[in-house]
Formats: sequence, structure tokens, C-alpha cells
Amino acid sequence: MHYLPNILFVISLALGIGFFVRNIKRLRSSIFQAKPLEVNDHKSERLKQMFRIAIGQSKMVKKPIAGLLHIVVYVGFIIINIEVLEIILDGILGTHRIFAPLGTLYNVLIASFEILAVGVILSVLIFWIRRNIIRINRFIKSEMTGWPKLDANLILYIELVLMSLFLIMNAADLSLQQMGADHYLQAGIFPIASLLLPLFDSFSVDQLILIERTAWWLHILGILAFLNYLYYSKHLHILLAFPNTYYGKLTPKGQLTNDSQVASEVAQMMDPNFDPYAAPAADAPIPEPFGASDVDELNWVQLMNAYSCTECGRCTASCPANLTGKKLSPRHIMMKVRDRAHEKSTLKRLGATDTKKLLGDYITPEELWACTSCNACVEACPISIDPLSIIIDMRRYLVMEQSAAPTELNSMMTNVETNGAPWPFNQLDRANWTNE
Amino acid sequence: MAELSAQGKEIEVLFWVGCAGSFDDRAKKITKAFAKILIESKVEFAILGQEETCTGDPAKRAGNEFLFQMQAATNIQVLNSYGVKRIVTTCPHCFNTLKNEYPELGGNYQVVHHTQFLNELLESGRLQIEGGAFNGQKITYHDACYLGRANGVYEAPRRLIEALDAELVEMKRCKQNGLCCGAGGAQMFKESESGDKEINIERSQEAINTKASTIASACPFCNTMLTDGVKSEEKEGEFKVMDIAELIANAKDL
Repeated sequence: MHYLPNILFVISLALGIGFFVRNIKRLRSSIFQAKPLEVNDHKSERLKQMFRIAIGQSKMVKKPIAGLLHIVVYVGFIIINIEVLEIILDGILGTHRIFAPLGTLYNVLIASFEILAVGVILSVLIFWIRRNIIRINRFIKSEMTGWPKLDANLILYIELVLMSLFLIMNAADLSLQQMGADHYLQAGIFPIASLLLPLFDSFSVDQLILIERTAWWLHILGILAFLNYLYYSKHLHILLAFPNTYYGKLTPKGQLTNDSQVASEVAQMMDPNFDPYAAPAADAPIPEPFGASDVDELNWVQLMNAYSCTECGRCTASCPANLTGKKLSPRHIMMKVRDRAHEKSTLKRLGATDTKKLLGDYITPEELWACTSCNACVEACPISIDPLSIIIDMRRYLVMEQSAAPTELNSMMTNVETNGAPWPFNQLDRANWTNE
Repeated sequence: MAELSAQGKEIEVLFWVGCAGSFDDRAKKITKAFAKILIESKVEFAILGQEETCTGDPAKRAGNEFLFQMQAATNIQVLNSYGVKRIVTTCPHCFNTLKNEYPELGGNYQVVHHTQFLNELLESGRLQIEGGAFNGQKITYHDACYLGRANGVYEAPRRLIEALDAELVEMKRCKQNGLCCGAGGAQMFKESESGDKEINIERSQEAINTKASTIASACPFCNTMLTDGVKSEEKEGEFKVMDIAELIANAKDL
């Protein structure tokens, strides 16, 4: 019986991590249902980009209030993980505050965890107020109802509860330390918990142990549950922001990819020796469609972009089409790509029939045609998501596979083809301005 | 270009005029202003004339990659046959396409936007800019997406405006945060989707609110969109929309 807590702890930990591994595998298979894309270039430049944008939060602080509050939560999250490591070791070994022999360093660590925990609580409260009381415009757009809204608030509630449990645990522990209770060694400096001590005055040692243990267990179980919540939530950005910035675009924002399939067709057209009537080789691959109509026709970086999106809406708030009331919202584009990727990979795993597509069932041509390709969304994203590349790939499908461009664009393209200009002017008049 | 090439003359730079600069009546004024400055600064330049065709930018952004690459192949063949090394253009869309999207297709040139080129001329002393009519006047500058965000060119146009001894007043949304005029991504050639406002009106109002007398642009499409926006606000009497090349040519009485 003596080892019962240890056994329960190891089982919980194994379940928590086991489910997390399963979720990560599912996430991987969803991201890699996409088209392959080799990204092996500019490794040091990519690392620098990741350090600057994800670790250094350089883009978050473009909005100073949200940026600074986010840094508090982000630093809190990373530093408090050291405490989680102690909790895990204590749980497995049945020890209490196993890092206590670190002495002064331990005191500094515990004190900074507590201060960060308060910082996180305050930041999360302000985030909640911004979302629910001040109702900042980008948080209440039409795509932010239902699950996305609940998801955002749930994350705040969970963080609030986890940090509160941590402080309650420390306060009960400190009371027990001061009472000289068995097993509760004198360790740590508690700048915040010591302020909470009066709340615990009236409790007996047994009651305090019950409070301390309950808070300890709920805290670590909560963390394991939160870890598994990520997969179902926009909160995946805490993991994916790092690879997402690493694989983010390095070329100038204005540079679109040149479709390689089109390039080979153009090369064939320009080659006088090419025989257009020749039968393709028996082992020739079936040509892929031009552009993208579904998630498996996008590349995996684009799908990772979608899973990384934390729906902050900075893209949509800067989108000229969205600002002027058009249906396009770059954030919604990313959310739809993610939801469709999740749906398609889930149906595939279950062996169920899939009757939907990204184009039409999720994203409408009206949204795609409203884009001015101005790159405001790409610039605004704090973690290098590129909604424009998806919009262009889907336009390519609309135009090259379905010939479904708006009529005026068809006339523009006919003009380019026949007159070498988007307007119906005579090519021979091109230099007329020199004589006017 | 063909004539100079036949005479065996070397040129300093090829002026890529672009479709708007060649055909659009408003944009042609920008073309002429820039050409006059080039002549004044004794720059040996050439144009392709009838051999120039659309870079394919609007087709590419509309999703017609095929048409874009056909245009690119045609243009690259012409440019390479003349051994063109350096290109200057008054259109940020041509600039972006030639500079970023042509190299992979075999077209490698040093491409600069006219505001960068004019800045070079200014710094090397080949071009003198005096404020003239703009001395002390308020000018606001609208960042073209394909010059600014797309390619990080923010300072060259601003330095030119300052060289005019004008007071540069910034709109709230400027540089990286500049608001699009609404023309990019082939929007210029179609009606916008339904919404509650036109993008060019939103941007023109922002420019008008700076109380600057002149809205400086560096893109023929932005110029059209903002000119229309100012007109629909019935402010064309008080606010002029002018390309930076026009401002300079105007100040020099060219």
C-alpha cells in the first residue's frame, strides 16, 4: 500500500504521455497527407528566423500590450516546466521537493516560479477581459463563435486553474513546513505563497496535507490533460510555432512559387523537337492537378501553418478585403484548412467515405477572389503563417483546372495572351508615348 | 533597344515601361516624367518598345500560372537576346516579377524600381532635386504593397520626397503596415466582391485625413486607385495624387 501513490502516478503519467504520443502521430499523419516538399536550404538562416520570431517573440511585440503579456505567459510556461520536472520525479520516486538540495538556486527557482505564476494569472485575466469585456474586434469576428470562442476561453480558464493550484500547493506546503510536519522539509522561498498563509491558519496538519496533496495531484493531472487538449485546440501553437517559423518563407514576400509542372509544359511547348502526340511512357506518373482543391494538394508546410494558427486574428485585422466588409478572412482560411485536414485524415483513418473538398465545402471562390495579394496577413502573423500561398494555389486550381475565373479576369487574360497587355490595346502602339 | 543594339551601343539601363506605363493615359504621364529625368541626368537608357509585353504578373496572381510562364518565356528570350543586365521600371508589379520570379525561369537581371534608381542618381550627384513648388508643402506617401511589404523598399521613395524639401507626413498605416490600394492580385481588372466599402476609398480617406496637399505614389495602379478614391470623395481640387517621378520632374520644370 505504501507504494500506491507512486503506482497511480506512474500510471497517470504513462496514460498522459501515451495519449499525447498517439495525438502527435495523428497530427503528423494529418500534416503529411499533404504533398511532399523538400525544405533543406539555408539551415542557419532558418534557425536564426526561428530564434528571432518564435523564441525571441519579435513579431508578437508589434502589438505591445498583447506582446508583453504574451511574453509573461510564454516565459512562465517555459520556466515553470522545471517545476513540472520536479513534480514528475517526486511522483515517481515518492520523494518531496527532490531538487531542494540545490539550496540557494532552489530558493531562487521557487521564488521565480511563484512570481511568474502571478504574472501568468494577471496576464490571463487581462486576456480574458480583452476577449470578453472589451471585446476587441479581431476576437469577435464571425468566425470566432462556437468552438473557437469556447476554445480560446477554455485555454485561459485552464491556465488560471493550473497556476492557482500551483500557488495553493505552495501555500499549504509552506504552512506545513512552518508547523514542522513530517516529510515537509524546509525548502524554497515563497514570496507569493507566504502572502496566502493567513488563509490556511485555521487548518490542522492533516487538513493541510489533504489540501497540499489535492492541489499537487490536480496540478500535475491538469498539466497532463492540457497536454492532450492541445491536439483538439488552437493551442497547438505552443509546439508548432517553432517548426513553423523554421520552415517559414525566406524569399521576398512578393515572390510566388513558379509551378514546376507548368514549367515543364512550357518548356515542351518551346521545344521544337517535342512531339505532342507521342504516347506517354508506360511508367509515366499520372499528372497531378494544377493548384489545390483539397488539403492533399497543398504542401505539408501549408498544413502545418494551419495547425499552428492560434486564431489571434492579426492577419484578418490587417486584411484590406476584410476591413472593407468582404467575406475573405485570412484567419478563417487557415481555420478551414486545419478543420478540413483534420476531417480528411480522420475519415481516412476510420476508413469512412469522404464526400467533401476544401474548395466549395469549406472555402468559397468568393473568398479567394477578394484577395489583393497585398501580404498584409503574412506580415501580421507572429509565427510566419502564409495564407496567401494557399489562396494562390486555390486560384490556380480554379483557373487552370476549372476555367472558373471571374469573367473580367478572363478578358484580362485573353488580352495578355493576344495583345501582350491586360487591356485591349495594340502591341504596336506600345511606344506611342514617346511621340505624344 | 533594337536600334541601339544594331548600332552596337552599350546602354546603362533598360527602362521597362510596363503595360500601364505604355497604354494608360494617366500612367503615361509618369513614364514621360521619368524618361525626362533620365534624359536630364544623361542616363544612357533604352526601351524594348514593341518587343515588350506584359510580365504576366496579373495572370499569375489570378491563378493562371500557365499564361504567366508563357509571358515570362517570351520576355526572357527578348531580354537575354539583347544581353540586358540592368532593368529599371516604374511599376512595382513588373519590378517584383522581373526581380523575384524570372530568375528561376532563366531571366537573371539586376532589377531596380525607379525610386531606387532616382535615389542612386541623387546620391551620385547626377540628379539635383530642388523643392520648387513643393518646398515646405505637406506630402504623404502611399506604400505600394509590391514595393514595400513585398520587397522591403520603404526608404528610397521617402528620401526622394525629403529631397524635395517637402514635409513628409505619414499615414497611420504606413511601411510594413501600409494599407493596400485595392488593385493588387489582379483586382485592378475586376469588380470587387460585395462588401461595405471599396478598399481605395478607405485608403484615400486615410490619405486625405493627413491634410497633406499631395499624395505621392510609386505605382501606376496605386495612382489610379487613389485618384479615383480622391475623386469619389470630391476632393480632387485640394488633393493631387502624383508619382514621385512626376513630383521631381515637376519641381525641375521638365
